[in-house]
Amino acid sequence: MRQKIKYIHKGEIVTLENIDPTMTVLNYLRYNQALTGTKEGCAEGDCGACTVVLGELVEGKLRYQAVNACIQFLPTLDGKELITVEDLKAKDGTLHPVQQAMVEANGTQCGFCTPGFVMSLFAEMHSNPKVDRLHINDVLAGNLCRCTGYGTIVEAAITVAQSNAKDKFHATEANTIALLAALEKEAGLQLTWQDRTYFAPKTTDELVEILARYPQATLLAGATDVGLWVTKQHRDLATVIYLGQIRELKTINTQQGGLKIGAGVTYSDAWAPLAELYPDFGELIRRIASTQIRNSGTIGGNIANGSPIGDTPPALIALGAQLHLRSKDGRRDIPLENFFIDYGKQDLNPGEFVAAVTLPLPETGSKFATYKISKRFDQDISAVCAAFNLTLKGDVVDDIRICYGGMAATPKRARKTEEAIIGQVWDETTISNAVASMTEDYHPLTDMRASEQYRMLAAQNLLRKFYIETVTPDIATRLVGEGGLAYA
Amino acid sequence: MRNPPLSRNIIRGAVHAPRHHDSAAKQVTGEALYIDDIPEPKDLLHLYIAQSEKAHARILKLDVSAVRQAPGVVAVMTAEDVPGVNDASPIAGDDPVFAEDIVEYAGQSLFAVAAETIDQARAAAKLAVIDYEELPAIVTVEQAMAEKSFVLPTREIRRGDATAAIKAAKHRLTQRFDIGGQDHFYLEGHVALTLPGEDEDIFVYSSTQHPTEVQHNVAKFLDLPDHAVTVEVRRMGGGFGGKETQGAWFAAIAGLTTKLTGRPAKLRLDRDDDMIMTGKRHDFVVTVEMGFDDKGRVSGAEFIFASRCGRSVDLSGSINDRAMFHADNCYYFENVTIISHRCKTHTVSNTAFRGFGGPQGMLAPERMMDAIACYLGKDPIDVRKINLYGKKTRNVTPYQMTVEDNVAPEIIAELEKSSDYAARRRAIRTFNETSPYLKKGIALTPVKFGISFTATHLNQAGALLHVYTDGSVMINHGGTEMGQGLYIKVAQVVAEVLQIDIERVKITATRTDKVPNTSATAASSGADINGKAAEAAALEIKERLSRFAAEYYGAKLSDVTFLPNRIRVGNQVISFRDLVQMAYMSRISLSATGYYRTPKIHYDAETFSGRPFYYFAYGAAVSEVVIDTLTGENKVVAVDILHDTGKSLNPAVDLGQIEGGYIQGMGWLTTEELYYDDKGILKTHAPSTYKIPACSDRPAKFNMKIFERGENVEETIFRSKAVGEPPLMLAISAFNAIADAISSIADYRLYPELDAPATPEKVLMAIQKISETARSNKLTEAAQ
Repeated sequence: MRQKIKYIHKGEIVTLENIDPTMTVLNYLRYNQALTGTKEGCAEGDCGACTVVLGELVEGKLRYQAVNACIQFLPTLDGKELITVEDLKAKDGTLHPVQQAMVEANGTQCGFCTPGFVMSLFAEMHSNPKVDRLHINDVLAGNLCRCTGYGTIVEAAITVAQSNAKDKFHATEANTIALLAALEKEAGLQLTWQDRTYFAPKTTDELVEILARYPQATLLAGATDVGLWVTKQHRDLATVIYLGQIRELKTINTQQGGLKIGAGVTYSDAWAPLAELYPDFGELIRRIASTQIRNSGTIGGNIANGSPIGDTPPALIALGAQLHLRSKDGRRDIPLENFFIDYGKQDLNPGEFVAAVTLPLPETGSKFATYKISKRFDQDISAVCAAFNLTLKGDVVDDIRICYGGMAATPKRARKTEEAIIGQVWDETTISNAVASMTEDYHPLTDMRASEQYRMLAAQNLLRKFYIETVTPDIATRLVGEGGLAYA
Repeated sequence: MRNPPLSRNIIRGAVHAPRHHDSAAKQVTGEALYIDDIPEPKDLLHLYIAQSEKAHARILKLDVSAVRQAPGVVAVMTAEDVPGVNDASPIAGDDPVFAEDIVEYAGQSLFAVAAETIDQARAAAKLAVIDYEELPAIVTVEQAMAEKSFVLPTREIRRGDATAAIKAAKHRLTQRFDIGGQDHFYLEGHVALTLPGEDEDIFVYSSTQHPTEVQHNVAKFLDLPDHAVTVEVRRMGGGFGGKETQGAWFAAIAGLTTKLTGRPAKLRLDRDDDMIMTGKRHDFVVTVEMGFDDKGRVSGAEFIFASRCGRSVDLSGSINDRAMFHADNCYYFENVTIISHRCKTHTVSNTAFRGFGGPQGMLAPERMMDAIACYLGKDPIDVRKINLYGKKTRNVTPYQMTVEDNVAPEIIAELEKSSDYAARRRAIRTFNETSPYLKKGIALTPVKFGISFTATHLNQAGALLHVYTDGSVMINHGGTEMGQGLYIKVAQVVAEVLQIDIERVKITATRTDKVPNTSATAASSGADINGKAAEAAALEIKERLSRFAAEYYGAKLSDVTFLPNRIRVGNQVISFRDLVQMAYMSRISLSATGYYRTPKIHYDAETFSGRPFYYFAYGAAVSEVVIDTLTGENKVVAVDILHDTGKSLNPAVDLGQIEGGYIQGMGWLTTEELYYDDKGILKTHAPSTYKIPACSDRPAKFNMKIFERGENVEETIFRSKAVGEPPLMLAISAFNAIADAISSIADYRLYPELDAPATPEKVLMAIQKISETARSNKLTEAAQ
């Protein structure tokens, strides 16, 4: 395997070796390269002051995405183009259109968050910029500003979206594509620095082999969780295997009546296909974290880390998703709900990894909904997350699958509640009985996100809300998202 | 453009004209340097502070020998290594930089490690052997009140006999509620960088709103004269009060490292350490009782405030005083008692935060206005109007200051109309009748905020102005730039006075060796006092140049006029640059200091009477919200703001302060929740768990306007008004609108018991409670 990191910066290939593989991109920029425009605000991917943009080839086309440099490990730059805030201004001092728009709109006050906003808007300018405010809110959800109140920054975003401006990155696109295409052909990466080793295999077969040799290795996908092990817990990760270069894990396709999502597929890439099948799942993805985190984090990682407050497992379990596991010993498919055994304990053997998850296509007559409750609507971790999948025969419940996050040590189905509903008429009496049963299913905790009492009451009320939405769809029940009353 | 063409008709950067932030172009390119961005000096040492894990404990053993032996470690510093006074407090001398035998909050600094890298310093700190004897911790206000644990004595303001007036009133109401604290969440955490100089001098870069206090504390800590310590700050990545006092600890530790090792040292707190180690807005428990007549006019009011001050005094005295000074807000309370308990708890020492106690104090009367209106079945705006301060009568505050500049009635009337308040309120009530689960609410609340430091001596400022022989000007003053646009405003003042384009005015970093003995940039006073000091310096230069020109051309002084970038003397016109050059050749001093002290203010802290404020800033806001009664989730959907900035020095900057203040206040009252466990450990110490407003939390409809008729009746700098803090309290309207929405569940007959912040949980619990009360009331009615 290859020993040197190769990435593109300012139109040229940069080669790095003998460097700590768990150094973050942010620390590398600030303290190794003296590029201090990119700031540290939180070191956990929540504030966006560290936002940089990565360029990648997707089906031969150049794609720019914003990510949080503070939690990305340096070698994950390999094979990509890096753009930081210092790269935008023209040589003659002319500001980039995004920078100019921020100045004109008075979008800066203390200025510490500003480079991050600039980079988010830069990525947006190179994507599919829209004037729509809801869209802009989503684009900027991962950039916190404590001074402005955001109005002036939104104004700048609108200016950029309306301008159709071109910049030097458009002008040099062909060169960038050629460089990226050349890097694509490189072999997988293996870095050793002191007692740390980092692998970035390019195929699942390579991954299987490496993982068999290093069954205790840390598997790294989007680094939106693992990154914090280093930046927050200051853990020493001896062996890291990065999945982000394995094309096979990044596929998403419809097959045998299901949507199969590779473990390396990011939230951003899964968003549209999921939203198409299940609009509420799309809304859930919109509410998960921020653009930067969705560009990095993966559905596979959300499952594999086994968190009781991961947002996608309740929805996937309610839909009856199948999990595909792989190791040197072969392949294993299990229902996703069986994967979560207890807090911190998953049904995953040494040397085995999550390869993909398949969720069934919607059935006619079935109704799916999912809800997320958190203190803030965007970029927050759920206090309670709920998913319901109902099949009616006439007015009698043929089947219902209910799963909650935040209510137990794992994402967990509400079996007693389901039992109280299945076979009954879908009416208020049934719901009242079911709600009462829920106290047998869950004994939630009190923590900084919510009290035990609130979690139970909110969980019960979400079932009520689901019922209300199925029987009286014309009554307004949603605050945010498409059709939400907050924007009506 | 370094030297753009000079303007002829009107200067660029005149006062009252909108102007971008002076650093905007550098901020968008990443070129604006914050302290951690300054190129790291050779031999730089990195510092990490080991913190107490206990809220209250006796330290039985603190063994750092293994820390000293760890790789990369150059120095380990404990209380024993302090050459001077182990304290970095603003006033009371009760903030040990390193704990001695007792720790009084989880996060308190025990010792510091200086190493070649931050990772080494952090890893080494873990090797200390610490034995604690845990002592009972007082965490909450309730516990402190029960234990009579206070950092300062309880204070009272009394006018008339509130108890008797309440008793005699036709109606009486009591409200008791909690108001949560707030973390500043400036994007840039605390940071200090120190460099060694000759004669044991220390140069300090500190992210501070109060360079002078950092200077004094570092000197005291190191047993050096003040003149040996120079502090510089060019800009902060936000301050909001959080960098008024507590940055001194970190500067002191970095300074000690430099003194002991002779090497430069940097101490930068990461987000978690910053949130755990440094103070926040005080949380309050409030009880208010009012007596009133059928119209809602209040005859007696009694307020009892109890605040969580934390382990030390810090600025809690003045902060709680300001809460008391704002318990009236815009309303005349004839008979009034205001009691303020300052609780000592084993939590981080709470500190200044935009509004400085004012917001907590003001929430009390604003909530009462709504509660009274609900009780009487009236529109809250009518109850507010009937209680407003009068212009000629009913115009004396509980602290005996006459309100001479009351524009609250005009602002409320104008906003009521422009926001279409009445029609929207009706529409909301109609909507709520037909929407069973989502409910809307609306509220209009005014703000009257006292401007000046209540500690009278702080109301002074200095400036230093140099004119160079090419006619370019350098201005320096005691105020610090934290994003609020102070530097550009002061530069505009200088440009205006000298009638030169603003590009000719160099804005320079705040330094204790240029302007000494400065006050904190706080209390919204930055532009007021530093603008006046800079004006004084510029007027001095203008005077000298005028006299020189008159003499030179044999004209009268009254014949000298400053035109844009040039001076007319009789029939002669000469460029500013040439005049400066000629003045220099004629040996005229081209450097001046300016000084200002706020007139008229006086105040007796013992009797709580006098004129603590030079003037008041006013504003009002209408907020509209939607709540989900099944989950308690809520969202502010529309806001209309009318705010009084006097004659704004820079409307672009002021609008930024107004919007930013509202959103920050909205965060305080809705999503931002500080959660301490029962051991006193703060569990919300990063943005993953502590939720300041994000982009989508900004109301979709956001209309704001500066009050056009606004002009300061006092002779402030170009008749402007302070704008830093007042708009934060406009967000009380958002909280009250949520309460209004909850009230709809009980057909507006009951006022909800809602605590701040109005998280989904607090709202749902308030909904549960009001629903139960409404149900039981109905049952009682039915039974009768």
